[in-house]
Amino acid sequence: MKFDNPAGKNPIDRMKVVGKAYNRIDGPLKTTGQAPYAYERHDVAEGQLYGYILGSAIAKGRIKSMDLTDAQNAPGVKGVVSTLDHDPMKSNFNTASLFGGPQIQHYHQAIAMVMAETFEQARAAAALIRVDYAREDGRFDLEALAPSAPPADGKEVSYGDFDAAWASAPVKHEARYTTPAESHSMMEPHATIAAWKKTDDGRDHVTIWTSNQMIQWNKMALAGVLGIEQDQVRVDSPFLGGGFGSKLFLRADAVVAALGAKQVGQPVKVMLQRPLIFNNTTHRAATIQSISLGAEKDGKLTAIRHISTNGNLPGGDTEGSTAQTQFLYASPNRYTNLHLAEMDLPEANAMRAPGEAPGMMALEMAMDELAETLDMCPVKLRVINDTQVDPTKPSRPFSERHLVECLQQGAAKFGWPEGGKYPKPGGKRDGEWLTGIGMAAGFRDNLLMKSAARVRLKPGGRLVVETDMTDIGTGSYTILAQTAAEMMGLPLEAVEVTLGDSDFPASAGSGGQWGANNSTAGVYAACVKLREMAADKVGFNAADVDFDEGEIRSGGNAVALSDAAADGELVAEDGIEYGDIGERYKQSTFAGHFVEVAVNAYTGESRIKRMLAVCSAGRILNPKSARSQVIGAMTMGAGAALMEDMAVDTRFGFFVNHDLAGYEVPVHLDIPHQEVVFLDEVDEKSSPMKAKGVGELGLCGVGAAIANAIYNATGVRVRDYPITLDKHLEKLPAIA
Amino acid sequence: MRAFTYERASSPAAAASAVAGTKGAKFIAGGTNLIDLMKIEVEVPTHLVDVNGLGLDEISETEEGGLRIGALVSNTALAADQRVRRDYGVLTRAIVAGASGQLRNKATTGGNLLQRTRCPYFYDTNQPCNKRSPDSGCGALHGYSRQLGIMGVSDQCIATYPGDMAVAMRVLDAVVETVKPDGMTRAIPIADFHRTWESAPEKDNVLEAGELITAVTLPKPLGGTHLYRKVRDRASYAFALVSVAAVIQPDGTGRFAVGGIGAKPWRSTAADAQLRNGASAAAQVLTQGAKTTEHNAFKVPLVERTLAAVLAEARSKGAAA
Ligand SMILES: Cc1cc2nc3c(=O)[nH]c(=O)nc-3n(C[C@H](O)[C@H](O)[C@H](O)COP(=O)(O)OP(=O)(O)OC[C@H]3O[C@@H](n4cnc5c(N)ncnc54)[C@H](O)[C@@H]3O)c2cc1C
Ligand code: SF4
Repeated sequence: MKFDNPAGKNPIDRMKVVGKAYNRIDGPLKTTGQAPYAYERHDVAEGQLYGYILGSAIAKGRIKSMDLTDAQNAPGVKGVVSTLDHDPMKSNFNTASLFGGPQIQHYHQAIAMVMAETFEQARAAAALIRVDYAREDGRFDLEALAPSAPPADGKEVSYGDFDAAWASAPVKHEARYTTPAESHSMMEPHATIAAWKKTDDGRDHVTIWTSNQMIQWNKMALAGVLGIEQDQVRVDSPFLGGGFGSKLFLRADAVVAALGAKQVGQPVKVMLQRPLIFNNTTHRAATIQSISLGAEKDGKLTAIRHISTNGNLPGGDTEGSTAQTQFLYASPNRYTNLHLAEMDLPEANAMRAPGEAPGMMALEMAMDELAETLDMCPVKLRVINDTQVDPTKPSRPFSERHLVECLQQGAAKFGWPEGGKYPKPGGKRDGEWLTGIGMAAGFRDNLLMKSAARVRLKPGGRLVVETDMTDIGTGSYTILAQTAAEMMGLPLEAVEVTLGDSDFPASAGSGGQWGANNSTAGVYAACVKLREMAADKVGFNAADVDFDEGEIRSGGNAVALSDAAADGELVAEDGIEYGDIGERYKQSTFAGHFVEVAVNAYTGESRIKRMLAVCSAGRILNPKSARSQVIGAMTMGAGAALMEDMAVDTRFGFFVNHDLAGYEVPVHLDIPHQEVVFLDEVDEKSSPMKAKGVGELGLCGVGAAIANAIYNATGVRVRDYPITLDKHLEKLPAIA
Repeated sequence: MRAFTYERASSPAAAASAVAGTKGAKFIAGGTNLIDLMKIEVEVPTHLVDVNGLGLDEISETEEGGLRIGALVSNTALAADQRVRRDYGVLTRAIVAGASGQLRNKATTGGNLLQRTRCPYFYDTNQPCNKRSPDSGCGALHGYSRQLGIMGVSDQCIATYPGDMAVAMRVLDAVVETVKPDGMTRAIPIADFHRTWESAPEKDNVLEAGELITAVTLPKPLGGTHLYRKVRDRASYAFALVSVAAVIQPDGTGRFAVGGIGAKPWRSTAADAQLRNGASAAAQVLTQGAKTTEHNAFKVPLVERTLAAVLAEARSKGAAA
């Protein structure tokens, strides 16, 4: 099904099942430990060996030699896969090689995997591998490299004349902001079981049971690195314990599991040990951002410039921290660009809301600083600079844009002060706590991706949905079931959803908050086809039927839906595809974030007291799972603002705090109260579902709102995230 | 993790001689620190002697009016003991500020005193670390050292003793009781129990090979207001950047010890004597000679400010009483 024009009225608009706050249909499986996660799939293949990966001890250089003898002779060991026995392997999705060859590109690069009968044997044997390295100097210090980092190709956006407008702007704010490298640190590490078999035509075929967000990308990537055809690979990933972008791309676990299983002729399972998550996989790049905002005295922006620099391995990508600056506020003149320094730290790549998450942390702090310079209400400053069109392409309207409503409703609900200006920074004390409030706009793009599904109407009337969509904890199972139930006029219980198998039709997958809208639209498309088939089957005119309460109705007649499958199941497959509607209309999601914090006047510890997000993201398919997404994202934003920081050793070239004791993420006590409001709206240009993404929106802006609240509490502006106590301790107001 | 053998000891003295008699042997109590370190081969014992079940898990009153805490008393049981809560509140407060409920259920009094540093280079066997691997160098000194120590440190090692319980025990002048392999016992004041890093940072404390901690005794109660303040980046489940244990008397005199800054819980009687003159005076004396890095220099003002918070809280509690 091609979606190229705004959706008209359709069966989803009934909202009998869609839009209801159902519990996750997969919840009982998870709470009873029966949801099959990759490492626990003992039943899928007989005789699984345990793998244990050895990571490189150096950050850059070459392996001169590797002595495997002791490891190979250790108890229980069945084989060792060595990087020296393979050519470097990486897919188009990877910057760093995942495995193979003597060259070391980053710390904890996988260089060997031991396979043994027990996990303990594999781990003990891995420690017996002796490696002789030739170390080389590397580039590990972003601060030192940033000044000479060149602009990346094709990232510049220039509109109007920034320089002239800046020179003549009556009010200006300009500052430098930094965000640190962050780790996805999802709960479930990367894990894979691999098993080979011969197909009927005598070819080799590998199945990986893994934890991955994008099934087709990974099928393609694995086939590529193994040098086999895509039909020789099956990827199965029905449940994931989080991903946040860390599981978008093929990773070392899948590669070495496949190589190892082939080498020993036996299934192998392997999980990345926690310390490898930080230096072996990807992370969000650290950024250094400079922002210049010029305005009239009334606050109208006349000049915006935003330049962000990050580092990456040669051939790696930018962190697009200026993405939102192109679209969020009106201004006739703007300039944004991204600079990229070549470095030898592990690969930087997408983490939840890549670009906008760190970009909004800087931009929305800068906006607050401008409001202060203007002596103006920060909510009003954002409202008067709203735009309903793409500012650098005024003929292109936003599909729906309700940022102003988010900000105004949020301010009212939060109890933003009368008159709108911030209370005097550092002026409010509650016992030993300085208290403050802060706000920020939220912004994240909505992306359109094609997505397919198959639906089976079973004899007896049950409906089965099949798509390779993944549920990374987001609630995909539930919203896909809701969509199919709504389309076919069935109760939710009559629908079964099966996901994550590459033998199923290719979906949009989970990433970039595109999963919900596109994958449900794919199921919608398949159901439209099934409706036609069912109507046809029972002899109704497909143009004039209604599916409701388990019946197909036409004119005054009704038959049970199950009758359509009485003599054999009906199977329909289709997908959603988009024309240029995303070009014609700019599609984004919006929020207003409001936060209250307390900062200890003695110790400088910052603690959040309450958070509110008002979100605008089209139709909300399930308010409960959508809320979970937003509060989870707000929590991640709290981590980014207050504590998450991958510390770099600039001599040895690695992230030092590579476990969950050293890399702190928020705990329950850090997050006392969160409230989420969704505006009641639909976006007819996003898909037949009229929905948009929410999974990343909640993260974009919240960090700045926290930072702004801390400033309001202390009167000390910290522009280097995370805002830990050492950064403002000695500048705090004197203790009375 | 390397393969190891295991036995249960039949008595404290037998445990001590079992460890002394086997090269590379170690005691295991709750295992919450030791096993983590064994998994990554920072600790590589050849033989483990289990000291649970030796009857060392009782808290009893001493003739001097204090308490004797068996070495195997769990952190949970110790923190919850009515006598401790009543007379040694600083100890309960310190314990419950540490780790998590599950860990405190397993963690023991002796094991807690002996928990090893949380220096990230100590934990990464690819990195130089004099404490883990003598004479390999100190990775942290010119590396990432935000968590690490400023007192009792040297170019050899800047690790901290990371725990909470011992900071309170330091302020209470606890005494560590041990038995040696030959059956001799000794009583080590907690002030002398942990070492500093002028030399041989691989050795955390003064215990001899095979010497088993049997108990920790607390002198008779001090009265006063008992406070423990732990400062950290997140609100719970993190090691201290700085912590202050204090017992403050109604007249403003008292004593305090500081965690998170040194090779051991840091206290000085000269600093205690300055408490009457306020946090600034006392903290200055305590942190005299601090050896800081670019990353951990903030701990000096943080000690003073945390102490100020503690003294203010003591005053408000005293006033309320
Ligand atoms: C995730 C995590 C967070 C933590 N957070 C904190 C925190 O915030 N604050 C805090 O204070 N602690 C914290 N801890 C540390 C915890 O308190 C210690 O692991 C625990 O107290 C150790 O006690 P154990 O009985 O398990 O010792 P074990 O692990 O059994 O032993 C530790 C060491 O002591 C030796 N040993 C044990 N008993 C004796 C004895 N009787 N005589 C001689 N030697 C002995 C062992 O040989 C070993 O070398 C944390 C630990 C973890 C894992
Ligand atoms: S500070 Fe001590 S524990 Fe840390 S690396 Fe240096 S020697 Fe090792």
